[in-house]
Order: sequence, then structure tokens, then C-alpha cells
Amino acid sequence: MSFHSIDEIQELCLALKKPFWQVVLEADAEEQGITPGESLNKMQTVWQVMKSSIESYDSDMVSSSGFVGHEGGIMDAYVNRGDTVCGPFVSKVISRALMMGCSNACMRRIVAAPTAGACGVLPSILYTYWEDRACSEEEIIHALYVSAGVGQVIANRACIAGAEGGCQAEIGSASGMAAAALTALRGGSPGQMADACAMALKNLLGLVCDPVGGLVEIPCVKRNVVGAVNALSAADMALAGIKSAIPADEVIDTMRQVGDAMSSQLKETSRGGLAVSLTGKALAESLKHK
Amino acid sequence: MNIFDILGPVMVGPSSSHTAGAARIGLIARQLLGCTPEKAEIYLHGSFADTGKGHGTDRALVAGLLGMEPDDPRIPVSFDAAGECGMEFTISETVLRDAHPNTARLILHGKDGRRVDVQASSLGGGRIQVNKLDGMDVCFSGNCNTLIIYNEDRPGLVADVSSLLASVSVNIGTLQLFRDKRGGTAVMVYEIDHPLSPELVQVLEQFDGILKATYINVKL
Repeated sequence: MSFHSIDEIQELCLALKKPFWQVVLEADAEEQGITPGESLNKMQTVWQVMKSSIESYDSDMVSSSGFVGHEGGIMDAYVNRGDTVCGPFVSKVISRALMMGCSNACMRRIVAAPTAGACGVLPSILYTYWEDRACSEEEIIHALYVSAGVGQVIANRACIAGAEGGCQAEIGSASGMAAAALTALRGGSPGQMADACAMALKNLLGLVCDPVGGLVEIPCVKRNVVGAVNALSAADMALAGIKSAIPADEVIDTMRQVGDAMSSQLKETSRGGLAVSLTGKALAESLKHK
Repeated sequence: MNIFDILGPVMVGPSSSHTAGAARIGLIARQLLGCTPEKAEIYLHGSFADTGKGHGTDRALVAGLLGMEPDDPRIPVSFDAAGECGMEFTISETVLRDAHPNTARLILHGKDGRRVDVQASSLGGGRIQVNKLDGMDVCFSGNCNTLIIYNEDRPGLVADVSSLLASVSVNIGTLQLFRDKRGGTAVMVYEIDHPLSPELVQVLEQFDGILKATYINVKL
């Protein structure tokens, strides 16, 4: 079965006395007609690709437009000097989110999560947490099921494409998914996972999709950072016991309504936002001479 | 949407629609031809034409034609691979009538005089839709095992093919019928739940009234 509400997943957790990840896993196995073990193997592959995308990042790469590529390496060097504003954990999340965004722009292998443009949000958090807090890969896989369940609800109730809902549908969705996953990793309850997702998504409502020259580079690479850092803060708020005043399902519905109300100029057409700033237009123009 | 469409596809960046979807279009077109093309004419429409170069749409289409999956790390260097395989190709911009913004038309030539003309759109998330086949309007995704039959437009052929599928316990998920004109050439598109053997496809091709049978097998 495919989930259409976060409430529905939470109710199943309660009724079946099973954790969030397991409810999502079992529903997937049933829907696809495979065993839970086979589903877990597929998720294992997702995690391995995420890991290798971060580990194989090459700071010498540059995208074919020449706009992005080095940012992950620049941030990493700064983090390694040990004197960041955000502290080591958050700074590493930032550098990994940049690395993933750059690798994607440079035609490396990534996992769309939920989209290629937002591929850095989830792995930057999970990888850094896995490395820093020494949690098991099994726990990471379980957290990925939580994020996938949340993402499925978002896709079913709203959308996950910039062309349909703006960047809130891509980076916003990724951020909500990552916040729920991280809350799960920290032992949060299904209710806290829902709150984390709601708060993360709420804070990115209205974010427009305005790629310079139509490419998944400016501002997409750096928006992965805001998605990731926003997810960290939403997870911590939820784990602290702060509730989202608006329930997750209603926030998701709101994301859809905001997306519908958004002008098409701000939905991946490069006819609005940063894409038509003076410099944005000049950069787009420079592509024609390449 | 399946959860592995949410956490996935595993793909070479930068865009699920312009890169992964383009590779899939190439891959499906290759399967429709039934071999590696010797020559490929590639036409890009809409956003594929406008931003395709920066998204590697051109390289992804060529990669797909060479049989590469959307996560193949050789996609960025597929033009070199085409040279090694002896596949000639041309890429140009075009304007197609009433087409989705992310659409490509591929005219492929293969061994033994094989030729296929495919128009397909990338719908987002790496999903695609074939919307023209040899000039005829069709509509299929290539996500299911798909059997495509070209036949004379006359009574009984749907029954013949369906009976054969039933006899080997193959369930039909969807069936669509298209034709150029009454009594002309028709196309049947069967999306089926079970894989077909190449032998069975050959048997179908021998049926009276069937002009050609093509089968797209989905990897699990």
C-alpha cells in the first residue's frame, strides 16, 4: 500500500505496536510483492550509493557550465581548520551537502532523494551522523525507511517536483524527510518524527525554484545546505518536546496549495527569481558562448 | 509512488528529468529497435533543446542508445563510447507539435535495415512516456514488460495475441490499440505482468496479419 497521510502511518505504529520504519518496510514489501529482506537489500543499495557519492567527491571537478564544483572542497578545508561558527558536526553536514550538490552537477552517481537537485540533504545528515555518532548501518537503513515513508506521503498529497511546487517541493520535502529520519535515529517517537517533518517543511514553505540558466547549479547546490541545517534544527526542536502547532499532514497540504498559487515564473522555468537577476541573466547568457 | 521512486532513482546527475529520463528514453528506443543503432538522428524539443546541453541530455540519450542505464558512470563520456561502438549520431533542435517540454525524437537505423522512429517525453523523477512510434500516437512508460505488435487492422488479431498470452498464463495489465487509418496499420501495446520468452515473441511474429512484434523486458 501507498501511504497518503502521516497520521495513517502513526496509527498503524500504534495498532501494530511496530516502529515507524517497520510499518513502511512491510507496506513496501507487500506493495511490490517482495519479501521484507529483498526490500531491505534495495535500501542497503540506496545507502551504499549515498555513502560512495560523498566519499568519491572530487574537489577538482567542475560542472560543464563552470558554475559549480569546488564548493564542497572549499568548505571541507575550512571545517578542517577547526574554527567554524557552527561547530564540527553542523559544519561537516554543510560541507557534505555541498559535496553532493556539486557531484550531482558534475554528472556523478547520486540517489535522487527525493530529487536529484535535493540529493544532498538526506545523505549529508545521515553520513555525518553515522560517522560521528558511531550508530550502526542497520539504524541508518531504518531511518531511510522513515524518510521514504514521509516522502511518499508528501508525493501523494502534494508533489516533489520543482516544476510543480517550486523548491519547497524539492529541498523542503527533502528537509522534512531528513528531519523525520534524524528524529528516528535519535529514538524519537512517531509523533516526534511527524512534528520534526512538519516544522522542517513549514520553515521552507514558499521557497521558489529559480535555477540560473535552467541548470541544477545556482542556487540549487547551496539550497541543499539550508535543507540539511533546517532539518537538524527541526529534529532537535521535536526531540526537545516542541510540537508543531499545525499537524504534518496539514503542512503538506499547505505546501501543495502554496505551490499551486506560485507563479509559473518561479517553478523551474528560469523566468523569475535569481534566474532573472542581472547577474543570473548574464551567467545564463554566457552559456550560449560555451 | 513507490518508496524507491522517493529514494531513487540511483542516477548520474544532474537532473532526473533531463539526464536520467533522457538515458531511459535512449534505452527504451534501443530496445524498440532491437539492437545497437548504427546511426541515430536525435532531435531535441522544448526544454531539452534549451537546457539539454548543460544537463547532459545529449550525452544521456546517446548513453541510453548504447545500452547504458541511468546510473552508468560512463554517461558523461558516452560520445566517446559511441565512437568506439561505431554508432554514428547527429543531434539537432526541433519544434514538435503539442509535445511535452522535455521531449526527444529519435530516428534509429540498425542492422538488416531495421528502422524505428520514437518520440518520447521525460515526465520527471526519471519517468518517461513514449508518445509516438513510427508516426503513430501511442502511450506507454516502459516501466512494465511491454509487448508491441504492429498488425493489419482487421478483426481477430487482438483475440489471437491475447489467447496466446493466456495460454502461457501471462496476465495483461493494460492494453491499448492505435491505428493510422481504418483497415491500415495498427499497433497494439500490451503491458504485461510476467516476462515473455524471446521464442514466444518470434511465434507471434509468424501470426497471419502480424507485421512486427517488439518486446521490452523490464529488469527487476
